[in-house]
Amino acid sequence: MSLMQKSPWIIHYDGSSCNGCDIEVLAALTPMYDVERFGVINTGNPKHADIFLITGSVNEQNKSVVRNIYDQMPNPKVVVAVGICACTGGIFRDCYNVLGGPDKVIPVDLYVPGCAARPESIIDGVIRALAVWEEKRRSLTGQKGTPS
Amino acid sequence: MDILSLTLYIVLAPLFGGLLAGVDRRITARLQGRFGPPILQPFYDVAKLFCKETLVVRHTQTVYIIFFVVFMVFTGGIFYLGGDLLLVIFSMMLANTFLILAGYRGSSPYSTVGTERELLQMMAYEPMVLFYVVAIYMASKTFYVGQIATTSHPMLIKSLPGVFLGFVYVLTIKLRKSPFDLSTSHHGHQEIVKGITTEYTGPSLALIEIAHWYENILLLGLVALFFAPHLWLGVAASLTVYSLEIFIDNACARARWQMTVFSSWGIAAVLGFGNVLALTLFR
Repeated sequence: MSLMQKSPWIIHYDGSSCNGCDIEVLAALTPMYDVERFGVINTGNPKHADIFLITGSVNEQNKSVVRNIYDQMPNPKVVVAVGICACTGGIFRDCYNVLGGPDKVIPVDLYVPGCAARPESIIDGVIRALAVWEEKRRSLTGQKGTPS
Repeated sequence: MDILSLTLYIVLAPLFGGLLAGVDRRITARLQGRFGPPILQPFYDVAKLFCKETLVVRHTQTVYIIFFVVFMVFTGGIFYLGGDLLLVIFSMMLANTFLILAGYRGSSPYSTVGTERELLQMMAYEPMVLFYVVAIYMASKTFYVGQIATTSHPMLIKSLPGVFLGFVYVLTIKLRKSPFDLSTSHHGHQEIVKGITTEYTGPSLALIEIAHWYENILLLGLVALFFAPHLWLGVAASLTVYSLEIFIDNACARARWQMTVFSSWGIAAVLGFGNVLALTLFR
């Protein structure tokens, strides 16, 4: 694991989740799971974040928000869809306003299934996201400074 | 000789500052019942920030940040090379002015509110900092840190206990600790996102962090000056003060700006001015 992979800063966005997965994401910050052991910080600021955690499906109203947060994050960045609604749209898939998972709007790198996704599997998703992040960082160094 | 000590300062200050930040985060985590990040976490953070893309609203904001870092390093350099204490304080103020200009260049609502709060914070701590310089001059008859550090008899703390306590009070503002972390916070979330640093990404955020390490080491030096010429007593005292600040940080909620400004002025008037008055009357 390279030095740069030891500090994944996260931004968490709730699409149209039932809050189950959100609570589990926040549970990962508590003393029980304490993701700060791995240097993870929940920044709440897309400009400081490396990993974008989305819970819940994307609908007509929030697709522009998801797109905006993604665009504001500096490269290299990784998107992790947390929970079955964020993977496929889940039980909300057939609702008239639901588009499906966030992969309908932005490129998603990793899917963490579950209803709700367990904190252990969310942490596992973030750790796997680090490998993707490192890969992107290496491919970016060749073309540094060019906005994508 | 001077070049050697300057190089030592430039290399060692961020090293100690980063370690201090790492220990701070670990202790904070333990106080909250968590295990906490590695001690070297601040260095990992900065290393990562340097390989991120730079996204700016305006290109000038990076220029201001570079000036902020340069002047902060310069300030610490004057202090640790035994220069003029008055110049140290003014150059620290200049460095902060560049941070404020940089914050305004971000021009998003969050960074603007954060910057305005930074101005209020400066307003809050500046009177006490000025009393600090005046009182030290009155007690030791010199502005030169080198002379104060070697020829203070008795220790400054004995004649300036009020100034010491007042300075520790405003140190909470300078170290960006709760309850006075109004403009930006070390803690992940706050009501204005990240305040003054909201619009900074990657390398420029890393530079702000490094400048903060230099600043912390300078501030601890200012605390240690009260215990000169006993170096180790000064180091012990400044580390004790820092531990106290960590504890206060974890025990307090964020204060409103009114509380920050007026309580700091009150402290400066009672402890700072009172101490100066006492020095004048009972010499």
